[in-house]
Amino acid sequence: MLLCQVDFLPQWRRAAQKCVCTWRSCEVLACLQWLCSHPVPVSFRLCFKDFFIHKFKAVLGKNRIIFPGEKVLLAVSGGPSSCSMLRQVQEGLSQKANKKLRFVPGVAFIDEGAAIGQSVEERQRTVAELQAVFQATGFPFYILPLEQVLDLPASVVATNPSPSEQPASAYKAAVHHFVETDGSNFPRPQEPKKTLLPRVQESHTLMLQQLLGSVKTLTAREELLNTLRQHLLVHTARTEGYSKLMLGDSCTRLAVKLLTSISLGRGAQLAQDTGFSDSRYGDIILVRPMRDYSAKEVAYYNHLFTVPYVVIPSVDTKTVDKASIQRLTESFVTKLQTDFPSTVSTIYRLTSEKLQTACRKRSGADGCDRCLLCLCSLDTAVGESLTHTGVTVHITVLHFSFIYKQGCT
Amino acid sequence: MPVQCSSCSEKRAVLKRPKTGHSLCKECFFWAFEEEIHQTIVSAKLFKTGESVGIAASGGKDSTVLAHVMKVLNERYSYGLELMLLSVDEGITGYRDDSLETVKRNQQQYELPLKIVSYEELYGWTMDAIVKQVGLKNNCTFCGVFRRQALDRGAIMLKVDKICTGHNADDVAETVLMNVLRGDIARLRRCTTISTDSENEGVVPRCKPLKYAYEKEIVLYAYFKKLDYFSTECIYSPNAYRGYARTYLKDLESVRPSSIMDVIHSGENLSVREGVKMPVQGTCSRCGYISSQKLCKACVLLEGLNRGLPKLGIGKHHRFHDKILSQQPLTEEEERKLKAVDF
Repeated sequence: MLLCQVDFLPQWRRAAQKCVCTWRSCEVLACLQWLCSHPVPVSFRLCFKDFFIHKFKAVLGKNRIIFPGEKVLLAVSGGPSSCSMLRQVQEGLSQKANKKLRFVPGVAFIDEGAAIGQSVEERQRTVAELQAVFQATGFPFYILPLEQVLDLPASVVATNPSPSEQPASAYKAAVHHFVETDGSNFPRPQEPKKTLLPRVQESHTLMLQQLLGSVKTLTAREELLNTLRQHLLVHTARTEGYSKLMLGDSCTRLAVKLLTSISLGRGAQLAQDTGFSDSRYGDIILVRPMRDYSAKEVAYYNHLFTVPYVVIPSVDTKTVDKASIQRLTESFVTKLQTDFPSTVSTIYRLTSEKLQTACRKRSGADGCDRCLLCLCSLDTAVGESLTHTGVTVHITVLHFSFIYKQGCT
Repeated sequence: MPVQCSSCSEKRAVLKRPKTGHSLCKECFFWAFEEEIHQTIVSAKLFKTGESVGIAASGGKDSTVLAHVMKVLNERYSYGLELMLLSVDEGITGYRDDSLETVKRNQQQYELPLKIVSYEELYGWTMDAIVKQVGLKNNCTFCGVFRRQALDRGAIMLKVDKICTGHNADDVAETVLMNVLRGDIARLRRCTTISTDSENEGVVPRCKPLKYAYEKEIVLYAYFKKLDYFSTECIYSPNAYRGYARTYLKDLESVRPSSIMDVIHSGENLSVREGVKMPVQGTCSRCGYISSQKLCKACVLLEGLNRGLPKLGIGKHHRFHDKILSQQPLTEEEERKLKAVDF
């Protein structure tokens, strides 16, 4: 369908011969911005929808990481990006064409009300809203209060070996097999269980709040929350039998994360923190299919196609710019983006094409030491800046005035 | 109750170190600052005994402190180096001519030989004339590229073995951030190295002994030692892209002071995927300087200035190299695009 047969886009007449599916992302955005002040014609809506869905399937198809029939857990925070991802998966699974997505999804939501200091009623209200959204999709879902992280076994911080090395060639064979058997051998999506809202003990909530309160800076608190969140998700995926975890980070969010990681000293782990796939846990692979969408595109899609989402505050909501490094970076990137519209896409391209993990995982023997909390390979080998940090500390601790006096006579 | 120095505990503390937050007296601070630079030099093996070293001096705080500390350490630890001052005159009235007076005073104070090279004698253009043609947005590119070559040419004239520049930790961190924002993977790999390769014949290797010294500490050192330096910003710099990275870094430092070292550490540990195209070092066919393409950037920029096409060096220009080398005129369309300058 050629959108652009419609004459209502005067400035895009030059591009009018192509269908919007071949437009670049920035062109689509500019067009949408123009349309904000004009009624959106139906033909454009449908074309934009195709464009959006096409990108989702393209990123999954290009990377060939999700095998047909696999169980994939979608981590939904309730925000626009992850709810959009949920809708994409729904759309992708429901299509009758042979380009249908072929995995078995489940949904996980982590209730972090304890971290923000919400009351029990507020938390239940939010959870009820989201439960309605999840039930409408028909996928099995798990509502996990963050307090569950206190009961996790130590095995969550271990890298399990992946069940089988699945090279790219196996993907084609698996698809072929699936198409031949018509998918009858693969597990069907389960009927959603009647999930009751889990009860949380008040002592657990207090313990969690104490843990988070013992961290002095907001930066460190946010990092800790990230780690706890990831551990809980990985554990849930492992216990419920999922082999992949989909995160809903958009391009803008990942660009901010990249700059934050650099500012925190996590340069060596950049490729894993912000790349498309993250295999540090071994048996569970984290995938980020929304990384090609900027926050604006997601917002437009949600608005045009009424995707339901819930606004939930986080620890840095309504704080000043300099409250934490994450908050500072977010305001910096969004401000820079207004002056230089290619900022986010340039930063994003850096990770997608040019960076890799520092230490490649070797199957079997543990090739490199890993950090206990984030499971990335350590970067504490004695290099220049680390020698220097050691020297700085060493010098200021020593009593050296005596040596100084000797030396300068 | 006055705070005692946390190191010697004898004297009263007069300052709080930006890097570590320790309260120190003057002598302990001087000692810590100088000793860290000494450790940087020793662990990175920046110099060999008997080498002659050119100190790039602009009259500003970094290069003045560098000259002072190098002189002090050279005597204290007997590096055996022969030190010289090298200065570049870009031709910016009201800024560079004043700072050059400071450098001349430094020469007398430290008793080091001095050589000044100017853009006028090397390229035939001063920065004032360049800004008149280019405008205020991209002029830092011209200045930076020309200065690099000017320093190398000056070093060859002085016959030194190495150049050392006053780049401090804040500069290196800003460069890392700038290269991330620009997506420049090739520069990202090279910008955190403390000294450049010394394989090529025509290029003098350069190093950054102050790489791990915070800018705030350099200012404190210069202030307490009462060093003579010139402290005004370049008049053409307000619109530079680096300003954004600098504001962000200053904010980061106020949230967490160790961020500067963290950024440098991240930059050093970034690993690039195999197969990403990296530029290969060659030589410029016109002037013989090092270049990764047929013509070095300085030659392209100069060509643009001489032909009245100020945008020639900005943006992608490698397809013009052949035309420039063979002295062909550019087509109408190309000329029109390159001439457009927005003020």
